[in-house]
Amino acid sequence: MSKIGIIIKREYTTRVVKKSFLIMTFLSPLIFAAMIVIPLWLSSIKDNSNKNIAVVDMTNEYGKALQSNATYTFSTTQAPKGDIGKSNLKSDFYAIVVINGDLTKDNKAVTVYSEKQVELELKSEISGQLSKFVEDKKLDAYKVPGIKKMMQDARTHIEVTTKKLDENGNEALTSSEMAALIGALSTFLIYMFIFMYGAQVMRGVVEEKTNRIVEVIISSVKPFELMMGKIIGIALVGLTQFLLWVLLTLIISNVAGVAMFGTNLSNIQNAAQLSGTDMSHSQQVALGLFQGLQGINFIEIFCYFIFYFLGGYLLYASLFAAIGSAVDNDTDTQQFMLPITVPILFAFYAAIYSIQNPDGPLAFWCSIIPFTSPIVMMVRLPFDVPLWQKALSVSLLIITFIGTTWLAGKIYRTGILMYGKKPTWKEMWKWLKY
Amino acid sequence: MPFLEIQHVTKQYAGHLALDEVSLDIERHSVYGLLGPNGAGKTTLIRIINRITAPDSGIVLLNGKPIEQSHMHQIGYLPEERGLYKKMKVGEQALYLAQLKGLSKAEATIRLKHWFEKLEIGAWWNKKVEELSKGMQQKVQFITTVLHEPELLIFDEPFSGFDPVNADLMKREMLALRDKGATIIFSTHNMESVEQLCDDIALINQSKVVLQGNMNRIRAEHRSHIYRIRVEGEAQFAEGELPFNILSQTTSDNKSDLRIQSTGLTANDCLSAIMQQHSIVAFEEELPSMNDIFIKIVSR
Repeated sequence: MSKIGIIIKREYTTRVVKKSFLIMTFLSPLIFAAMIVIPLWLSSIKDNSNKNIAVVDMTNEYGKALQSNATYTFSTTQAPKGDIGKSNLKSDFYAIVVINGDLTKDNKAVTVYSEKQVELELKSEISGQLSKFVEDKKLDAYKVPGIKKMMQDARTHIEVTTKKLDENGNEALTSSEMAALIGALSTFLIYMFIFMYGAQVMRGVVEEKTNRIVEVIISSVKPFELMMGKIIGIALVGLTQFLLWVLLTLIISNVAGVAMFGTNLSNIQNAAQLSGTDMSHSQQVALGLFQGLQGINFIEIFCYFIFYFLGGYLLYASLFAAIGSAVDNDTDTQQFMLPITVPILFAFYAAIYSIQNPDGPLAFWCSIIPFTSPIVMMVRLPFDVPLWQKALSVSLLIITFIGTTWLAGKIYRTGILMYGKKPTWKEMWKWLKY
Repeated sequence: MPFLEIQHVTKQYAGHLALDEVSLDIERHSVYGLLGPNGAGKTTLIRIINRITAPDSGIVLLNGKPIEQSHMHQIGYLPEERGLYKKMKVGEQALYLAQLKGLSKAEATIRLKHWFEKLEIGAWWNKKVEELSKGMQQKVQFITTVLHEPELLIFDEPFSGFDPVNADLMKREMLALRDKGATIIFSTHNMESVEQLCDDIALINQSKVVLQGNMNRIRAEHRSHIYRIRVEGEAQFAEGELPFNILSQTTSDNKSDLRIQSTGLTANDCLSAIMQQHSIVAFEEELPSMNDIFIKIVSR
């Protein structure tokens, strides 16, 4: 095995057997899944206790509109003498609904009193039932035969279907929401990986320097080999983690799908397509998202993801390594981190704004400039980027990471042997010329 | 032909000349001491031999050929700033460093087991480095430096931070390695160890070589004609007739110890002058210590 291979192997194996790596890798997908599944599950558990609601109807007209259901029992009661707050209704009922005006004329004539903050469900229940009742009442007042049916007929919701045409004129269903979602997710992952693993490179270099092992090693290998070995080894750790996440997420979501809906996700999709028209709005959105997946070229996006992941990482990791080599301990890294973190953070925010407008000038320039392109381009890719832009972005990124690696190598070479001196930018500039 | 030749090596750092036209010849199978005060340029020179730093001008020849990356397997280097990965296991770490020096894993394992037994740290193979005492870490570092049986061994301040037991062990192992054919360069401030170990020395001061050659010859050249003499009975000399000055005199057990400095005459003249009056038990020349020579030259 070549020496750089030996270094890569050590950097890789010591990291993937670490507890923190294993916990992060195997727990994160579970936590992500839990974040989606638990709220769904909790919301599906109904509060079964029946609540008694007193209805005080001054108009004697609308009280009957409130129909009891599984959760709420409405009972019309006499208006108490004096203040409602002091009556015994307060202790006997969960809440008191007071209607004190003609609702066809005054839509604010309903008040709910309760000792606790009135829950949203009750509020919308009362509002819904009364609105429907008042609506019908108003329609009746027009005395037009069959008006209710006409109204129902007229109610419309327009669904916009987006389809993408390829060169051969074949169409594929697309979904802007899905494209945005995929873009945002891959951007966030790259952003996170650059920071997380870039910082690991830096800490690794600082560790070797503070351990005083670095000079022992560079008597056997060139400093550049040591630096690249570390950077590549850690990149492989990142890729391993990413691939395990993809794998685990697929497994967990399928297992969870089977557990919750009795079938896996692709069957849900088929079932939804078969059942066709009788779908609620939310089901339609979900189906739209699933169908949108067909319009996205996953293999292409995956390949670009890996490329931008590696390219962005290589660009920044070498800079992180240079900083690690220049300082004597972790705390000193702070002041030099700033010029690196600023473009990464900027890229991340630019990416967020680019989701709204993936072909705007901010998105365009940031996806071409190498320091921001790994993060911003991922947002644009699901929306299809012209080939020349992709080619330009990719080649600029390659040229730049070769350049930064070369510069970082020069700083690194001198920096790792410097002890006890707190370096300045000026000093590091000089190291470039040694 | 010397094993290692350093020819006119100059190295300039920003605003500071670290080495100025340094030339040294280091003979095969010798222990070569590199002496000099802090900041004289010793570590820079050692790094240049190890190709960690490149000289601005001048060359280093190993076996008559300019030194290059492929020679690194023939060199074992124990830097002054040395350490180990704290979280790694001792055995794994030693294997890693050995593989970086070009040994196969199998070969490295066999040799490491042998050395670990020899230095009595075999039980520590699976311990993490941070659990080891400093002395044990030093043994591990020593082993990883010599494991690939290099022809040239370079130790930068090898005894700093060593307890006397380990320092002594190191010295014995260094001499054993030389006897097996290695050439050893070491830099130190510990003059006692120089006298014990070195065949040749070079003294670097303010970036220049100010003294170099065979250590015994250098000590002889710097002799100040001081002799130690032990005679029977209480020594008494009449004033004015002696070819030497008495520097000190102590008497115990009916024997006298004298330190004398001859005034330009040979040891024989001194001896015959004493013999006329006393019977001599012992006589030896007191060579200046390396410490004295060091201080004398550096403070000049």
